[in-house]
Amino acid sequence: MAVTGIILVLFLIAHMLGNLKIFTGETSFDHYAHWLRDIGTPLLPTTWFLWIQRTVLTVAVLGHIGAATLLAMRSRAARPVRYAHRRKIHVNYAARTMRWGGVIILLFVIYHILDLTTGHLNPKGDPANPYGNVVADFAPERWYVTLFYTLALVTLGFHLRHGAFSAFRSLGQQTPKGERRARIAALVFAVALVGGYLLVPFAVITGLVS
Amino acid sequence: MNLTLRIWRQHGPEDKGRMVTYPVQDVSPDMSFLEMLDVLNERLILDGEEPVAFDHDCREGICGMCSLMINGEAHGPQRGTTACQLHMRQFSDGDTIDIEPWRARAFPVVKDLVVNRNAFDQIIAAGGYVTAPTGSAPEAHSVPVPKADADAAFESAACIGCGACVAACPNGSGMLFTAAKITQLSLLPQGQPERYTRVIGMVDAHDEAGFGGCTNIGECAAACPKGIPLNTIGRLNRDYLKATAKRAGS
Ligand code: HEM
Ligand code: SF4
Ligand code: FES
Repeated sequence: MAVTGIILVLFLIAHMLGNLKIFTGETSFDHYAHWLRDIGTPLLPTTWFLWIQRTVLTVAVLGHIGAATLLAMRSRAARPVRYAHRRKIHVNYAARTMRWGGVIILLFVIYHILDLTTGHLNPKGDPANPYGNVVADFAPERWYVTLFYTLALVTLGFHLRHGAFSAFRSLGQQTPKGERRARIAALVFAVALVGGYLLVPFAVITGLVS
Repeated sequence: MNLTLRIWRQHGPEDKGRMVTYPVQDVSPDMSFLEMLDVLNERLILDGEEPVAFDHDCREGICGMCSLMINGEAHGPQRGTTACQLHMRQFSDGDTIDIEPWRARAFPVVKDLVVNRNAFDQIIAAGGYVTAPTGSAPEAHSVPVPKADADAAFESAACIGCGACVAACPNGSGMLFTAAKITQLSLLPQGQPERYTRVIGMVDAHDEAGFGGCTNIGECAAACPKGIPLNTIGRLNRDYLKATAKRAGS
């Protein structure tokens, strides 16, 4: 869980920082998107790096979902008879929504790939011009796309907040003081990451990027 | 006070079981929750009905026998309090109170509200002790123990093995109990020689008993009547990682 989660997080950080290049202008952003296909050249043929990365991410996602499914199955089996009356005393929304939140994030990732990678669900879908695709995607009249991205990213934020805390714990964070620090670090990380991602659609919808 | 109780009744392990409603009258706010159940049982006996079976022993919050899910909360609404130490003044006249047994595959219902917590004994049997006889208490200054370690070990040693952590956990995990029983030894000199075999053995026994896996939700620590903190599980994780690394290295 922690290991595959961390691989995904590293990707999320790189992807968020990459997205912010949208603020440096169309040429620069498109150039960046094309460069992604050239990483590793001439050592590797064009787009090989990208495919290696995609393979690693797919394996990580599958491993992550596999581990989550195992945990969920163990939980179900561990309580065959449910309580008639159940009250949660320790309110921890992020921790309780890991499973469904994860499923929502997966559906979002599928949509997102069909939208901005393959272009099938994008109004423009021009592989040569990712900048244009992004601008067309988050145009003000397509506000529902921005809304959906926002909801999915907030879900991701919750997932990462508990996920990051949980990863610290799995990897041996053990003192009460460290626990407070780990909780704060996880919250700051989740907010910063989601904020960074959301800058892009909101810059487009407000006309800052066009 | 007059109350309506809805209690889980189950004749035996094979019976399906059901919630049954019982009114109780003239409950004093100074009664403990278990005394209130005694009052109900006396009446049931007089009426020729089967009394409600529930576990209890010390009735002073130290033995860990009492085990009631009260209105969906392990040991009831008062934090840091076992069901036996809970008083009826926590409730109001006219309340309906749901009383259920701990729910976990590893804790099968024996009868009514009594569950078999033998799975905890199996976890202890898998290493929750010091094998070598260590003799009588040594001179206190001969082996210095850092204050912070002594305090944390003592905090863990407060676990009474009641199982509220399992009952409260959405995953049905017994990690808080296991972690408490591991750290009360792993932080002290006497626990060092078997520190890493112990953690592997006890965690394996925990998993084999059919408890769920921990996902750090924190419901256990919130329900624990003895205030075992959540970070105790972090101490277990740390030892478990080290033990796995050691095993891989040898
Ligand atoms: C169907 C999809 C997914 C499901 C069902 C899922 C479920 C889970 C579950 C159950 C946990 C464990 C929570 C815990 O230990 O308390 C978890 C942790 C985590 N997830 Fe996901 N997740 C999914 C997708 C994702 C995605 C797409 C990402 C990243 C983009 C992600 C990032 C993380 C991280 C970083 C952790 C923390 C690892 C840890 O607990 O040690 N997850 N996820
Ligand atoms: S950790 Fe707390 S809740 Fe769990 S068995 Fe020990 S005393 Fe009971
Ligand atoms: S009866 Fe002993 S702790 Fe409640």
